[in-house]
Amino acid sequence: MSNRYVFIYASVMVVVVALVLSSAATLLRPLQERNMRIEKMQNILSTIGIPAPRAEAIELFEQYIVDAKVLNHLGEEIEGDAFEVDLRDENRKPVEERQLPLFIADVENELYYIIPVRGNGLWGAIWGYLSFKGDLNTIAGANFDHASETPGLGAEIADPPFQQQFMGKRIFDDDGDFRSVRVVRGTAPADDPHAVDGISGGTITSNGVTAMLRDGLRVYKPYFEKQKTL
Amino acid sequence: MSEQNTAPKETLFSPKNRKLLSEPIGKSNPITVQVLGICSVLAVTVQLRASLVLAIAVVAVMGLANVIISLLRHGIPPRIRIIVQLTVIASLVILVDQVLKAFVYDVSRQLSVFVGLIITNCIIMGRLEAYALQNKVWPSFLDGIGNAAGYGSILLLVAAIREFLGSGTLMGYQMIPNFLYDIGYVDNGFMILPPMALITVGVIIWVHRHRDRGLVDIS
Repeated sequence: MSNRYVFIYASVMVVVVALVLSSAATLLRPLQERNMRIEKMQNILSTIGIPAPRAEAIELFEQYIVDAKVLNHLGEEIEGDAFEVDLRDENRKPVEERQLPLFIADVENELYYIIPVRGNGLWGAIWGYLSFKGDLNTIAGANFDHASETPGLGAEIADPPFQQQFMGKRIFDDDGDFRSVRVVRGTAPADDPHAVDGISGGTITSNGVTAMLRDGLRVYKPYFEKQKTL
Repeated sequence: MSEQNTAPKETLFSPKNRKLLSEPIGKSNPITVQVLGICSVLAVTVQLRASLVLAIAVVAVMGLANVIISLLRHGIPPRIRIIVQLTVIASLVILVDQVLKAFVYDVSRQLSVFVGLIITNCIIMGRLEAYALQNKVWPSFLDGIGNAAGYGSILLLVAAIREFLGSGTLMGYQMIPNFLYDIGYVDNGFMILPPMALITVGVIIWVHRHRDRGLVDIS
């Protein structure tokens, strides 16, 4: 067989494959996006302790999440759909231009404020949701996930034992200064309200979580302060 | 054409064709005899459900890949045949991944990288190179399905053992009655860890060779 034939064969094959794959991706995209939206709802609900099976996630989300706002860096409410804000794009912008989404949940007449965060782990993106109690200081629940952290090491940020440590931690100290919550190497002092245990063998992912929380929560400080003085 | 008319027409499920299906499940099982595709066996067999989906995905990819390569076998330039095979497998795997993401999202999250790693499952390319490239479409299809089923059956067996002993469930349903837990039975957490998949496969190979003496290498 001539080189000419080989080249033509390879070119035709590549075009055919490209057509098949791109049409499949286009056809299935609406279904996949719906699944991702449902997963996002499940993650948000899990921070306020509401387990949501796939089939009921949309219904439960509408029931518990009573308000969703988009804020600017001054803590003022601006136009926008909080659920559709993509933190990947927002984190690239200067703070003054960012849209900061916030969800407000009502569980048995208690309000919870849920903030999405996003940062970098060792291999790829990590993201999560934190819910705050009415004092806008104490963490009620946390949910983290990751794109490609190492299974058994960094990937453990997505497991309940790691996430449960955040319950009851505080992001402001007694003077009202922003302290965030650090993931420390080894064991965190039991009486430190601003630190949790790190993951052995997952130090870079742990540091990624620390940075994500610090950068992701700090920008909400003006809003929190405004709410507290109301 | 006339040749085919004079020869006794081979039925779809002639003994020879049935053998294409049954041999890889037993005598020439890709996992226990050829010891291929071990990586995914170690990784996904913690739960029966994930294993079942992966087994079905491999059956689909392998059956279709064998058919496509067999259809193209006269046109594929020998010099780039490996590239063509890889392209076919990779495209099918991407299709399967997209379909899983659209219809069984939880399972696709659980299988994560392992759907993508079907591409590197050496059983598939092995069958394309060794069988589909030289044979007609129908036997190739059977060969693909047979080998994938041989792979899948071990996957399911290992997963059933590990899920039952490790979590006390099968397909997520509780199998060990509560009174056993009450009197002190504890799930063996070790079964959930990857090394136990290797040991389980080892035990299966042992039993398999014990029952089929022909497999024992006497050299």
